[in-house]
Amino acid sequence: MQIPYTTEVRPDTGLTNPKLGVWLFLASEVMLFGSLFSSYALLRAGAPSWPDQSSIVNVPLATLNTVVLIASSVTMVMAWASLKGHSLPKFRLYMGLTLLCGAIFLVVKGIEYGDKFSHHLYPATSNFLGLYFTMTGLHAIHVIAGMIVNAYFLWPGTKMWKSDPERFTNRIEVAGIYWHFVDVVWIFLFPVLYLL
Amino acid sequence: MTHDVAKQVRGYLMVFGTLLVLTLVTVGVSYLDLPEFETVIVALIIATTKATLVAMFFMHLKGERPMVTWPLALTAFLFVALLGSLLMSEADHLFGARFQDSFHSIRD
Repeated sequence: MQIPYTTEVRPDTGLTNPKLGVWLFLASEVMLFGSLFSSYALLRAGAPSWPDQSSIVNVPLATLNTVVLIASSVTMVMAWASLKGHSLPKFRLYMGLTLLCGAIFLVVKGIEYGDKFSHHLYPATSNFLGLYFTMTGLHAIHVIAGMIVNAYFLWPGTKMWKSDPERFTNRIEVAGIYWHFVDVVWIFLFPVLYLL
Repeated sequence: MTHDVAKQVRGYLMVFGTLLVLTLVTVGVSYLDLPEFETVIVALIIATTKATLVAMFFMHLKGERPMVTWPLALTAFLFVALLGSLLMSEADHLFGARFQDSFHSIRD
């Protein structure tokens, strides 16, 4: 059975089904991360004292990771624009760079985690570290999920480009919307957990 | 068509540059040691500006259909309601005990 409205716009919503689907999914993600940000605000506001966060976490590494993730958003949107310009090789290049940026982000995050563990700083150590590991951990899981989807589109999924290029281009746009959302979450995590 | 794509790509690179500058600004401001309230406000304004740029241009939210924008607006409202209702329980001492006197007078 053919999935309806993958490329043509559904008259009543004015959207293709995948696009409406991804935005509704992201709305639920806003509430998932929103509940964690709310928990952070409540626990910090209610704490008698709060540690100087920037002395516990590594601000330069997190700044590097911010730049890496923003760069990956740019390469992701360029991958989509390459398909709009009918160039599969360019798409492969930019999608590969997006995956590379995701991998660099995770390696840097791993170095940060390893550094915490070597100093005996665990989620159970303090409220701040509990929030830090929960929020950055959930975010890292989202990065990994996005990378799995992107890797699929870079390798086996590319064959749709030959059979249905428009639908493939829409798939990349939808995967991109998710990937940019993961970037947006980090844009808020960075100041909240590292700078404030 | 190709011309449109080239124009779009230029736009994406400009957004990229702006995002990098704002990242440097937010890190720079954190070293100024401003009072807590000002630090929080400046950091959140910069983060919201960056997130808006990503959403408008990379996620193509600019000019998106109402079927996307309305559910998102509802989600934003519900998030603010969640955050606000939780913070209400700490409202007597947020940002430097501003409201403590009024609570004392109720207790006394």
